Amino acid sequence: MTATAPAPSAVPDSRTSGGRRSGRLRGWATRAPLLPALIFMIAVTQLPFVATLVISFFDWNSLYPDARRFAGFENYGEVLGDPALRRSVWTTILLTVAVVLTSLVLGLLLALLLDRRFRGRGIVRTLLIAPFLVVPVAAALLWKHVLYNPEYGLLNGLLHYVGGPQPDWISGTPLPAVQAALVWQWTPFMMLILLAGLQSRDQEQLEAARVDGASDWQIFRHLTLPHLRRYLELGALLGSIYIVQNFDAVFTITSGGLGTANLPYTVYQTFYQAHENGLASAAGVLVVIGSIIIATFALRVVSSLFREEVSRA
Amino acid sequence: MSTTAVRTRGRIRRGAGLGLVAWLAGIVFFLPVAWMALTSFHSEEDAATNPPSFTAALTLDGYREFFGAGGGASPWPSLINSTVASVASVLLVLLLALPAAYALSVRPVKRWTDVLFFFLSTKMLPVVAGLLPIYLFAKNTGMLDNIWLLVLLYTSMNLPIAVWMMHSFLSEIPVAVIEAARIDGARLPTVLARVIAPMALPGIAATALICFIFSWNELLFARVLTGVVAGTAPVFLTGFITSQGLFLAKVCAASLVISLPVLAAGFAAQDKLVQGLSLGAVK
Repeated sequence: MTATAPAPSAVPDSRTSGGRRSGRLRGWATRAPLLPALIFMIAVTQLPFVATLVISFFDWNSLYPDARRFAGFENYGEVLGDPALRRSVWTTILLTVAVVLTSLVLGLLLALLLDRRFRGRGIVRTLLIAPFLVVPVAAALLWKHVLYNPEYGLLNGLLHYVGGPQPDWISGTPLPAVQAALVWQWTPFMMLILLAGLQSRDQEQLEAARVDGASDWQIFRHLTLPHLRRYLELGALLGSIYIVQNFDAVFTITSGGLGTANLPYTVYQTFYQAHENGLASAAGVLVVIGSIIIATFALRVVSSLFREEVSRA
Repeated sequence: MSTTAVRTRGRIRRGAGLGLVAWLAGIVFFLPVAWMALTSFHSEEDAATNPPSFTAALTLDGYREFFGAGGGASPWPSLINSTVASVASVLLVLLLALPAAYALSVRPVKRWTDVLFFFLSTKMLPVVAGLLPIYLFAKNTGMLDNIWLLVLLYTSMNLPIAVWMMHSFLSEIPVAVIEAARIDGARLPTVLARVIAPMALPGIAATALICFIFSWNELLFARVLTGVVAGTAPVFLTGFITSQGLFLAKVCAASLVISLPVLAAGFAAQDKLVQGLSLGAVK
């Protein structure tokens, strides 16, 4: 993208005040189309967050509005000291990291499979995209009632055929049950990004490596993986942003019970059911800090992994 | 026989095997969706059998139940609400995003990357971070249970995505083409209408579809800010969370009907899906 800087010949006349004014006018004219979108975003996203920040310093239960008082960092102390909230921080990390890493690995395997030519490749790609295109609440309902149900769910039905056990998936393994449903939804997303990455490889370089007798594994290690690095980072980053905020699956499959309440669900519960506005806001601020940490942490881990790979190569 | 010939033949045989593995993976991932579709056409008695029945008689009872034949709540109001919220917010998003993307890519303003990254950073701000003040604001201004509040919020949710996508699509238009039109004496409106619009149209369509999908899927805002009047389709689906009696076929019918617009939009935009989901970063 080349920035259209004013041509040098236009510079002398900008020394005169008239020239400067017209230059400034032109500057505003090019900036004007940006303003509606900018102002809209600041009003609808930044202002509420500032309000959340302010409310987080007040002791405020909406059932007792007269008892509202400034509480300093008390809410934060309470949030960090409350075992239930601390658990939900831990749950959020477990849920996000497990789902992102699993769907990234599965997505990579599927992308490698789909990168080869075989009969019906387009159909298989369409089949694989489908889970991502089911409305998240519907997908969660599908897993909860139609697959996990211990009496007549599909999973136990298939186990029945091979004489396997009949586990009660949700009450037996609540967090993995939520994670599995999310992995099913997010693997196609990762696959799409990584497949685009694979298809943007330098084909001539691959061919040259093959002619030189490089094995498939060597090509993968030394050519494909370094090239995919950006795409893996992008998938991890975008996946983390969405999964850290996940509400639908937790709300639908377990209603936040059995130790599956993540931070978004806990914040929702704290003000929607317990009416603790101050506490909910403090927890909300912590979610923001957490997602910033996760985004940078995820990126750093992935980058360092690749640096090791490259330096060992 | 040379070693390369042997190696090539091995590659081909392995390739066929891997094609089979890919097919298996596709079937495994699609199985829950296929099973949901099949169950939606079964009677409730056949839907709740163990082991599962693949050959039970087909019926439309699940769909009749879902559309309120059995005296349950009709899904139509929620489907209409979802349509209004999604379509209106997509239009508003395009109205705001197109000029912004133009200013960021065709004739970039100074420090345009900062502006782009500001838009991206708002996506990193979790929804729950602003939910409570929005709820309190809506309560005090009488905007609770009003579909137009959702339109505004869905617009804010999708505007960064749209700006990034449109920026990447518009950046693909060669500057030389635009310059040539200007040298020929075309004024800005003409350049916009005759040169930029036709080239940007596929990108605009893809952006609209992606934003539509995200709005149609949204639950948290809708759950907290709507009630009996403005509830959307995902909120209607939350009525199925607690299971009562025999209702598997009905749940599957509901899930399938409500997912159909997204499945249609996604398959229609399949080639642009990656570019949209990665905010235009991946082509």
